[in-house]
Amino acid sequence: MAETTDGANDGRRPAVVVDDVHVEYKVFGTGKRASADEKARKLTKRRRTTRTVHALKGVSFTVYEGDSVGVIGSNGSGKSTLMRAIVGLTPTSQGAIYATSRPSMLGVGAALLRDLSGERNVILGGLALGLTLDEIDAKFDEIVDFAGIRDFIDLPMRTYSSGMTARLKFAIATAREHEILIVDEALAVGDKRFRRRSEARIRQIRDNAGTVFLVSHSMQSIRDTCNRVIWINKGELMLDGKPDEVIEAYEESMQ
Amino acid sequence: MSLAEFAAREGLHKVGGRPPIGSYLVDVWRRRAFIYSLSRFRIEAENGRNRLGMAWVVLKPLIQAAVYGTIFGVLLGRENRPDQFILFLVIGVFFFEYFSSCFASGAKSITSNTNLVQSLSFPRMSLPLALVTQRLLQFVPMIVIAIVLVLAFGTMPRWEWLLLIPLVALFTVFNAGLTLITARLTVHIRDLTQLLPFITRFFFYTSGTFFSVERRFGGNETIMAIADVQPIHEFMDLARSVLLTGPDYVVETKYWAYSAAWAFAVLIIGTVYFWAAEERYGRDD
Repeated sequence: MAETTDGANDGRRPAVVVDDVHVEYKVFGTGKRASADEKARKLTKRRRTTRTVHALKGVSFTVYEGDSVGVIGSNGSGKSTLMRAIVGLTPTSQGAIYATSRPSMLGVGAALLRDLSGERNVILGGLALGLTLDEIDAKFDEIVDFAGIRDFIDLPMRTYSSGMTARLKFAIATAREHEILIVDEALAVGDKRFRRRSEARIRQIRDNAGTVFLVSHSMQSIRDTCNRVIWINKGELMLDGKPDEVIEAYEESMQ
Repeated sequence: MSLAEFAAREGLHKVGGRPPIGSYLVDVWRRRAFIYSLSRFRIEAENGRNRLGMAWVVLKPLIQAAVYGTIFGVLLGRENRPDQFILFLVIGVFFFEYFSSCFASGAKSITSNTNLVQSLSFPRMSLPLALVTQRLLQFVPMIVIAIVLVLAFGTMPRWEWLLLIPLVALFTVFNAGLTLITARLTVHIRDLTQLLPFITRFFFYTSGTFFSVERRFGGNETIMAIADVQPIHEFMDLARSVLLTGPDYVVETKYWAYSAAWAFAVLIIGTVYFWAAEERYGRDD
């Protein structure tokens, strides 16, 4: 409930309220769970069965403006489901999520076309993010320089190395001011130099009164960028608090 | 105080709600630069790697008309062919191609862009509309070719040809509405994409693309009554009547009223129907 975080708001306004969120997936199973006595039958008879996966089981927390929240947990713990629910892509089966403005995932890759030049893709990606043509014009040089692809800007994106592509995507995606931004493992790409710059960019977004969620397996980047950490395990909120405390408890449980 | 009351007091909105249709359409209008760029860049990307590049926009329909012309010109025999059969066929095939390309690829405009829909928030209507814009941009050079051919076959230009502009506009409105409907239907029933080619074929053979419905079935009242209200047949007949002259190319004025009614009815239904499932797109359940 709200009490866990109400004490730490310093009079700041809440940006995201996650209220007792449950998410259940119904999946078509294309087989059955293996069990010895059924094996013989299974080979001859195939039935489509639905299974319900309970991905989130009643998660609640409140995030305030300017918070930078690290989200940690082992694979399959429900981190990504929670993030997708926060941006409204996965429906909640119970509970609700409230936000000051629509949260967005950091990602523009899907809008880009590999056969077009970097220049065209900056325009297309910017428009997809909701920038106007004038705004893109004004930010064009900044995006290109941040991605460090000035020499290749007129070449088709399919000729770029994977690092260059990742840098360009990150540069376009962060060109827009996001009030509430979700970064899912995006910092794991690129070389060391770019990683440092992208972490600085994330901190800059946070300082502009934005709210950032960072999903990562790198405890170092979470320590460097977050002022609060949420630990999700098997669809439940295990711990919510200062980065050092939560990371320590998490790493202990992993031993 | 519950969290929900707390959120309401602080002025937070529920995530994943659908905006009212008015502000939704304003949102779509704000995204017009995105819609236009997406359609233009997609054409560029499609043709960029071909040796002949953009020339394919024009070459493909011409080859298609040539193939159909050879087949149906021979099959039908002289007495069933309308006057100026080549022009009749070219106009028919071009207009049908515009319809069918919207219909077929428009149906996949959401499902084939799942990644895009899942990663960015923009009014989803932008995607089917970008698709129709893309097809329109590819259709304009086809009209120019049709006009060049009509001139080459010795018809003098007339002021009436300007009627092509409202006609293409109406046809685009019709195609946009239809695309919105099929785009949403495909989200619910993926299997529809398997059926669509047959529906397209059905309309191809029944709309009078390569034969004159009036010549073939002129005496049959039931068939003519159906043909009168069949929108694709109406649009094709109107296009021919604007560009060509002769007894085969006279249409009643009521066709204009019918086709306009079709276009706007389909657009309104399509818009509301598509908007109603806005929060549903991109979910993978």
